[in-house]
Parts: sequence; structure tokens; C-alpha cells
Amino acid sequence: MSSHRKLQYSLAINEALRQMMEADRSVILIGQGVKSPWYVGNTAQDLLALFGDKRIIDTPVSENAVTGAAVGAAIAGMKPVVVHPRMDFMFFALDPIMNEAANWYYMNGGRASVPVVFWGIINRRGEQAAQHSQALHGIFAHVPGLKVVMPATAYDAKGLMVAAIQDPNPVVFVDERLLYSIEGPVPEEIYCVEIGKGCVRRVGNDVTIVAISLMVHEAMKAAEILETGGVAAEVIDLRTIKPIDKALILASVRKTGRLVVTDVGWRSFGVSAEIAALVAGEAFNALKAPIYRVALPDCPAPASSVLEEVYYPSAEDIVEAVNRVLKD
Amino acid sequence: MNYPKDLLEYLYRMMLRIRVCEESFVEHILNREVKTPCHLYSGEEAVAVGLCAALSKEDYIFGNHRSHGHFLAKGGSMKEMVAEIYCRAAGCSRGRGGSMHLIDTDVGMMGAAPIVAGTISLALGAALASVIRGDGRVAVSFFGDGATGEGVLYESLNFAALKNLPLIFACENNLYATHMPIKECRVDQPISKIAEPYGIEIYSEDGNDVMQVYEASREAVETCRAGEGPVFMEFKTYRYRGHVGPDDNIQGSHTDIRPQDEIALWMEKDPITRFERHVMERQLLDSGRIQHIKEEVTDEVREAQAFARKSPSPRQEDLTKYVFA
Ligand SMILES: Cc1ncc(C[n+]2csc(CCOP(=O)(O)OP(=O)(O)O)c2C)c(N)n1
Ligand SMILES: [Mg+2]
Repeated sequence: MSSHRKLQYSLAINEALRQMMEADRSVILIGQGVKSPWYVGNTAQDLLALFGDKRIIDTPVSENAVTGAAVGAAIAGMKPVVVHPRMDFMFFALDPIMNEAANWYYMNGGRASVPVVFWGIINRRGEQAAQHSQALHGIFAHVPGLKVVMPATAYDAKGLMVAAIQDPNPVVFVDERLLYSIEGPVPEEIYCVEIGKGCVRRVGNDVTIVAISLMVHEAMKAAEILETGGVAAEVIDLRTIKPIDKALILASVRKTGRLVVTDVGWRSFGVSAEIAALVAGEAFNALKAPIYRVALPDCPAPASSVLEEVYYPSAEDIVEAVNRVLKD
Repeated sequence: MNYPKDLLEYLYRMMLRIRVCEESFVEHILNREVKTPCHLYSGEEAVAVGLCAALSKEDYIFGNHRSHGHFLAKGGSMKEMVAEIYCRAAGCSRGRGGSMHLIDTDVGMMGAAPIVAGTISLALGAALASVIRGDGRVAVSFFGDGATGEGVLYESLNFAALKNLPLIFACENNLYATHMPIKECRVDQPISKIAEPYGIEIYSEDGNDVMQVYEASREAVETCRAGEGPVFMEFKTYRYRGHVGPDDNIQGSHTDIRPQDEIALWMEKDPITRFERHVMERQLLDSGRIQHIKEEVTDEVREAQAFARKSPSPRQEDLTKYVFA
């Protein structure tokens, strides 16, 4: 049974790329380090040998031009995946992503769509400091015209990469280096995880925890800890940041009446604020307590690992937030 | 050329300080005591030392991810640098920056950052400030061959040339950008040629010959001070260690694709032993003096390591200390 097969998160991405490249000759992978595990782990293993350097293109350090080239190739009928081995390097590429690709379809009256995947990897921790640890999904989600997906499991990593490649519009695919080694069941065939759909990872009636990416795992740990204290937390893995799965979040909060949101990004003006606003606006009457957020403090990533310990929130912080929500 | 003994000693000591200090991290990186990503400068010392020796303290430099050598050569405190690499509160960036963010504005080391080409335009701005104020300062941007792929380099070249800014574009060409040999990143043309269309002064130097670097840099600095900048300088050199850490091949990623004989060839061109030979053969410095400098440098590095390792980490309650928005 294929669905019993287990695969690493990173290899699930690898399989998605391989199968989509086999299935569709217009799919290409371009970006810095696609032939080096130093950059992309084993997500691109064997691809160069299988598909050649016309479709697996390692590039000079030229993020703006290379990302623009992916956008242009998409406009010209290809389906490029352009990888940035750290999200921080995408700042040089914001113009082609946010100004061109995101707006292209609308500002040209729907005459041309841009089927491109912007793949950026988050690399937190490791005393790498402010320019090598950033999570930019909130910035991308702010821009009309970009879909943003963030898989937390191996299954979703493959299914969302497939969906992103198949999507006719630009999708920002954000994964997380710290998740690369986790394993989970991954079907062998091509399948999609629908963009825009979150899922309930754990059912509970007392509080809703909405989590993304790495924080899904912290939320699950928190839910286990809470269970020992008799608290049943419902954990939602958002999977897609934009378009956000409103129905799922609202239904859960209407059931539990309490909400904790946990994000891998900064606290202010980001995804957690958006979800809080959504719930406050559309499920206000269901709320029995204020909404709490567990996110990065509004602070650049520090180098010192001693500071990293307090900078990055963990399951304990989620437990603490839930306990406060329950008291209110 | 006849150089004062002081200068020769200075060049030698500074190169040695960088080398010995860089190498002192190796065991601590391998045993994970040092966690911040260290891009070691061993092998490339002559570039930073020769160029910075031609600058005055007031002149500005900006670095990149591989800036331990730039920092020391401009006069930054070794203790503060080593402490920063251990991410300690006494570090030059108070443990917030690590290996890739070294700064000492008192000596003109204006900062370093690992976004490739990210600081080129900042050096451009420092040169602009110098012209606006008319204070005669020169700015230097250190960047690698890899940075020639980024558009901002060309934008900065044009703007600097247009405004005759006192800016030295110092390209350290060590033939690799992470896992990519230069021939896979660039057309097969000398890097120095990229500056030709801007009509500026260009140098292409042996970056393993500290005297050559120094002499060329003095001319470049003069050009800039005379208001005839910018200047583009390419220094051919080679890193001995991995892209990051002591050895990419023993640190898990197995990504060092440099041929062994190429490494061996460059080891023979070692900037420090070469200079040592040069000054000894010409009896400019005697072996007793050389030995003495070696001992002093070894002591200095040992002290800096000891200082850093026993100094405290930043306090967790100070996480947001430097946050203003
Ligand atoms: C904008 C950006 N893209 C990619 C990287 C990843 N990266 C780190 S160092 C490096 C190559 C640097 O090569 P080079 O400029 O020649 O300097 P060297 O390491 O050889 O000294 C790259 C691509 C980065 N830090 N910043
Ligand atoms: Mg290089």
C-alpha cells in the first residue's frame, strides 16, 4: 500500500519535483545551489542526472535576474520552480516576485497568467543571525496576487509542491530546513494537497491552536502536555497562508470559543495578526477570551544561541498562552 | 622598493595575526563550541592587510561574510572579534551578530554582512558622504568573485564613476563561490574587465603578494583622494579552508569540489611564507625578529581565545535591547 510508505520531508519535495518534471516537460528547476546539498539538502538529489542542465539550472549569485527569468519563462509558457536556499536571499528578488509576477495577471486584464513557483527555505537557528534566519511568508501574503503555502509534514510537502506547480498562478512555497529530516507517510503517486485548505491535526473542544509550518509540531507537543492537565486543544495546521482557510478556523473557534495563534514569523503586522482580525471580525460572539499569539518577538534574529533560546517560541510558550486563554 | 622596517613588520605581523587567529577556531568549530558560521580567511590575508595598510584610520571599509581578516586588518580588536565569534556579550556586536557581522566604527570598520553584494552600495554611500562633507575619506568595499553576479555591483560602479566617488571596489577573486567554480558563474573573461565601460582606474593584482597589493592600493587610494575615483581592484587569491568552516568535506555537506592539486599549488603561493622568505632573503628582517613576532602573535591569539571563552553570553532578558521599532 503506497500510503504506508514513509518518506522524509525533503525527499517528499524531491519526489514532487521529479514526478512533475517527468509528467510535464515545461517544468524546470532553477536557482542557486540546485546541484549542491549544502544549499538545498537532498531536495534536488538525482534531478540533474535525470533531467540534465537544461532543466535543472544552477545559477550564479543573481537572485533578481534569475527570479525574473523564471517569471519571464512562465509568461512564455514554462512552469518554473525557482529556489532560494534561504528566504533572506529573496529580498534581491522582490521586484520580479511582488511587482511583476503578483500583478501581471490583474494588470494585464487576465490576458496572461504566470505559473511560477517561488520556493524559499527558512533556516532558523545555528547562530546565523539576522540575515540568515528570516521567515518572509507574511510579507508575501500581504501582496495581492501571490498564493503562499507552508507545509508542516512530508505528505503536505509533496502535495503542496505538486499543487503549486500545477497552479496557473504564482505560488510562494515556503519550507523549513529544520523539518527536512522528519518522516511521514507519503503516497508514491502524484497527488495534490489543495491550496487554500488547512486541516485539523488534533481534535479538541477547549481551545483552538492555529499553527503553521514548524509551529504545528510545537502545537502538537503543547496539546499533549495540555492533555495531561485535562485540556483538550484542537490543533489546526493552516498549510496554506493565502488564500486562508477561513471556514476551518471559524468553525473551530465557534466550537471552542478560545484561540491561540502560533506563527514562525514576527508578531506584528503578520499572519497571526491577520488570523486574530479574521476571528475577531467574524466570530466575535463565539469568543470567550482574548486571542493570544505565540510568534517571534519584534526583533531581528540574534546570533547567540543563548538568545536564540528565548527568541524562538516553543511548545511551552504555547502551553502558557493556552493557560492564559483558559483563565480569561 | 625600500620600505621602512616598521612597515614590513607591520605587514608580517598583521597577516600572521589573521592566520593564527583563524586557525585557532578550527578545533572549536569542529567540536561545536563555535556554532556561528565561520568563513575563514586563511590564505587570503595579503589582500586585506596590503589594502588596509594603504588606508588611514579614518577611511571606511565594508565587509561581507568572510570578513575576519578585513576587521583585523583595519585595526579592529582581536579580543572583541573572537568574543563575537563565540557570540558573547563582550563581542564587537554584543553577541547579536556572530561571525558574519563584525564592526568597529572607531577604526573605520563600518560593518559586514553576508548578503552577497549587500554592502557594496553601502560603501558607495559612505564614499558619497565623504564627498558631500569634503573630508577626504576613502571607502573600500570588499566583495568576492561571487558578488560579480549581482546587479547592484554594476549599478554602484556606474553611480560611483558618474559622481567620481572615492570608492575602491576590492574584489577578492578566490575562484569559487560556495560550490561553484568561477567558470560556471562567469563568462571566461577577467573580472577586472567588468569595470572597463565605466572608464575608471583598474588594477588586477596577485592577491597573495602583500607588497604588490600594498603598492597598488596606495596608488588607488591616491587616485581616490585626488577626486579621480572610483577604482576597481581585482585580487587573485585562494581560500585554504572550506567555504564555511574548516573543511566542507569533513563537515557533512561534502561539497568541496576543489581539486587537491589546485589546493596544493596555492599553498605553495602562501602569502605569509612568501613574505617571510622575501624579507629574510633580503635581510630586511632577521629570523630572531620573525620568531619573536610569531611568539607575540601566538600569545595574543591565545589570550583572545581565553578572554572570549570565559566571557559571558548576552543576558536573555536583553534580547530586545537594541530594538527600536
Ligand atoms: C544574496 C545572497 N545570495 C546567496 C548567498 C549564499 N552565499 C553565501 S556566500 C556565497 C558565495 C560567495 O562567493 P564569493 O562572493 O566569491 O565569496 P567567497 O566566499 O569566495 O569569499 C553565496 C552564494 C548569500 N549569502 N547572499
Ligand atoms: Mg569567491
